[in-house]
Amino acid sequence: MSVVVGARREGGVRGRGRRRTRAYGGGVGPLGVGVATLWLSVIVLLPLAAVLAKSLEGGLAGLWDAITAPTARAALVLTVAISLIVAAINVVVGTLIAWVLVRDDFPGKRAVDALIDLPFALPTIVASIVLLSLYGPSSPVGIHLNATRPALVIALLFVTLPFVVRSVQPVLLEVDREAEQAAASLGAGNWTIFRRIVLPSLVPALLTGAGLAFARAIGEFGSVVLIGGGIPRKTEVASQYIAKQIEIDRPEAAAAVSVALLAAAFVVLLVLRLIASRTQRHEAAEA
Amino acid sequence: MALSRTARLSLRALALAYLFVLVMVPLGLILYRTFEHGLADFWASITTPAAISAVQLSLLIVAIVVPVNVAFGLVTALALARGRFPGRGLLQAVVDLPFAVSPVIVGVSLILLWGVNGWFGGIARAGFQIIFSLPGMVLATIFVTLPFVVREVEPVLHEVGEEQEQAAATLGARRWQTFWRITLPSIRWGLAYGVVLTVARALGEFGALMVVSGSVPGESQTLTLLVHARYIDDHNVYGAYTASTVLMALALVALLLMTMLNRKREEA
Repeated sequence: MSVVVGARREGGVRGRGRRRTRAYGGGVGPLGVGVATLWLSVIVLLPLAAVLAKSLEGGLAGLWDAITAPTARAALVLTVAISLIVAAINVVVGTLIAWVLVRDDFPGKRAVDALIDLPFALPTIVASIVLLSLYGPSSPVGIHLNATRPALVIALLFVTLPFVVRSVQPVLLEVDREAEQAAASLGAGNWTIFRRIVLPSLVPALLTGAGLAFARAIGEFGSVVLIGGGIPRKTEVASQYIAKQIEIDRPEAAAAVSVALLAAAFVVLLVLRLIASRTQRHEAAEA
Repeated sequence: MALSRTARLSLRALALAYLFVLVMVPLGLILYRTFEHGLADFWASITTPAAISAVQLSLLIVAIVVPVNVAFGLVTALALARGRFPGRGLLQAVVDLPFAVSPVIVGVSLILLWGVNGWFGGIARAGFQIIFSLPGMVLATIFVTLPFVVREVEPVLHEVGEEQEQAAATLGARRWQTFWRITLPSIRWGLAYGVVLTVARALGEFGALMVVSGSVPGESQTLTLLVHARYIDDHNVYGAYTASTVLMALALVALLLMTMLNRKREEA
């Protein structure tokens, strides 16, 4: 899902005039633009607008009350805290895995590399079942994490595994090794080289990976629904709280917490886009 | 930086141990649990009437969602790549929106729009049920898979440029001719990749469907909902494992296709 930040390639076609575009049949014309706009509105924008409207039915005060109701607040705080932990672990372990995949060489490396993408391809409910088989009630090694907070962390680590690895890997491949050699010849130790030379060039990629992992983690449902247990104020994450409010027919409460989650995800993704455009400008200025 | 042999080996061991505990052992264990009673039991478990109807429903949703996403995805990609119109940046952002929305929120939003008490509740009250029925499940799946075709096709459209299309137009080709003969062949691998991503995500979607489907066995239960129902409602852990294995196999096929298509795209 690096597409969110990565693949936004605005082609170099900006300078061309309007007349020239109309002169051939490659585009879809005003009708196509209309169809695309209508399509995105009906499928994506209108449903989200309905959520926003529902959450504001009781005014801003009502929205605030619904978000800060004890169970809702507990779920939101837990979700954000666990997602931060998950993002932090991913930064460390993801860098380590990316490092091993780029700089090390061992038999079976390509298979390990392919394994990284598996959590993306696997349905989230399968992730839940897979982790339950090892860490759940019938665990063969006697680890019972079912319905505990560590279980939430493990489930989220599973589904967010690729983000940091896949954003750091290409940067590590391109990092300037001559600077490392120069530093080594000047007597710098490995740790100093990593901290002063490698790490600074990885920072944008690390932030991107961590941000994407965080955004994914706060909304995650399928992988935590079975192993998390959903015990209110203990292991109930925000998405489970929302689903439960719909079940017991309290759509206002569901909408309010949804808006809070959406706002958090948007802020994170907006910051990531700013970072990405800043690094791009930086690189363009250097080149 | 030249790491000592010990340092390199311990880093490698740490990384592999993490992947081993988090991914490989659980995956291996579930395969073992699925097949420990033999193939016959496995087969019986995935061919119960509820399981077969779940597979059929999952495939039906894919069969509806893919053509719809391809058609509208291509129009949207072409509009974004070739058109210059006010609000284009906004449209770009809306295409990425589904990535940022939790599946559960997708479900909630559809209920609030299409449900009996929603903005478009009139349709449901007139007798055409959307939520807790197939149209709602299709709408939810389209929502979560909407970005894939657009995001895979649009960069390719930028890359191939407009020269050939302009040449075709100059030589008197009509819009449709230009599209079928010039545009479509040049974006085919990107489109195929987008379709594979769409299929994989559509088969695996759970959260949004959980909210909008009602999950009635034999009626509105997809494969992912079947896994959940077997584990939670039926306490049929073995059945949940076998259904998961089927989903896992499908995911693996998707992963292989993606790798193949990636190679094709790089050659092209």
